[in-house]
Amino acid sequence: MFDITPTEWTAVLLSIRVATVATLVATPLGIALAFLLARRDFWGKSLLDALVHLPLVLPPVVTGYLLLLAFGRRGLFGAFLADHLGIVFAFRWTGAALACGVMSFPLLVRPIRLSIEAVDRKLEQAAETLGARPWLVFFNVTLPLALPGVLAGMVLGFAKAIGEFGATITFVSNIPGETQTISSAIYSLIQTPDGDTAALRLVIVSIVIAVAALIGAEVFARRATARLHGN
Amino acid sequence: MLRLDVTKQLGEFTLEAAFESEGRVTGLFGASGAGKTSLVNMIAGLLRPDRGTISIDGEILDDTAKGIHVPAWRRRIGYVFQDARLFPHLNVRQNLDYGRRMNGLPDDAEQKKRVTDLLDIGHLLDRRPGKLSGGERQRVALGRALLAKPRLLLLDEPLGALDEGRRAEILPYLVRLRDEARIPMVYVSHDAAEMRQLATQIVLLQRGRVSSFGGVKVLS
Repeated sequence: MFDITPTEWTAVLLSIRVATVATLVATPLGIALAFLLARRDFWGKSLLDALVHLPLVLPPVVTGYLLLLAFGRRGLFGAFLADHLGIVFAFRWTGAALACGVMSFPLLVRPIRLSIEAVDRKLEQAAETLGARPWLVFFNVTLPLALPGVLAGMVLGFAKAIGEFGATITFVSNIPGETQTISSAIYSLIQTPDGDTAALRLVIVSIVIAVAALIGAEVFARRATARLHGN
Repeated sequence: MLRLDVTKQLGEFTLEAAFESEGRVTGLFGASGAGKTSLVNMIAGLLRPDRGTISIDGEILDDTAKGIHVPAWRRRIGYVFQDARLFPHLNVRQNLDYGRRMNGLPDDAEQKKRVTDLLDIGHLLDRRPGKLSGGERQRVALGRALLAKPRLLLLDEPLGALDEGRRAEILPYLVRLRDEARIPMVYVSHDAAEMRQLATQIVLLQRGRVSSFGGVKVLS
């Protein structure tokens, strides 16, 4: 029962890699966007806000298909990226990371935005009067004080990314060793006769990863909060 | 010399103030809601006047007619807020050092020692603001503003959030600061006794307008 086969390990490791890359790339973008949404007023803000949340409400298949249209080999951006930068998403693990990143983005952005909104602007003003220019105020005051929210967003995003299924399989298919994540491997196993035990093993692995991520986040968040409150 | 002539509409309230002060400590005196904090925020550059000019020693900081507005971080004006506003994620030493670092000033151990001695905060350096009393926090906030080497120090009711005992604890430090630090100050308060002890010139603010200006006698 607990002998995880090499194929299954490949899927597990791929999932971890895909979710990690997706989260690490999405985090700086998410922080920038969260800051814009929390602290700036500009034309088209509600539209941008809606766009960020779109993957949360669209059927994942739709998001996956849109990604295929945009980032496929002949897609609008896909062709350009492949020809000029040599970056290919279609049917690659990088495409899985892109799909997971897009799908988890709303969950990543939201806690960061809320925590930036909660940072006392009076502290930012104090930093300004001490000579800190705006980007230094952001990196010295706003971001450190919003850190618990950033960590929460990263964990939520990671958890969502590791479990993502619909958009990923639509965009990059289900190729063992390249795009077959835990979710798509479980899906394949369930459809195979006698695949139940193997599917169950992967189910357990995914539960372990999710619980570990949550515990890790809790520990980090507690430490960060304690640091902020000076204890 | 601080020279100011500004108008600012704040909701229903119109702030329209003009004065010129050369005093060591300019006391901005008035009831709450008279517009003292808004006026100080404009001097600091945190609030933009709708119309008018602000200048220090001839250097223009705001001139709406010419479209000049020097941002707060380039003004070198220290600000001590009523609620201290220490950075909670930094310890006292890092809080004190912040202004110097942001202004790219060289480390001045002698000045640091002078200021920490003056304010009696040397024993607090490794603590976080969360572990300080209200009076200690306010002293650290004073030190933090001073160590940025400002050309003007704004103090907005720095004793306002403290109880009677704490006030009596801080007031002597402010007097020493006035006599030793040689930085011109604008001191905001609605407490006449405090003003008499500290200010050398008084600007009396009533409902957004300067109603009198002069020596401490104005208060009586």
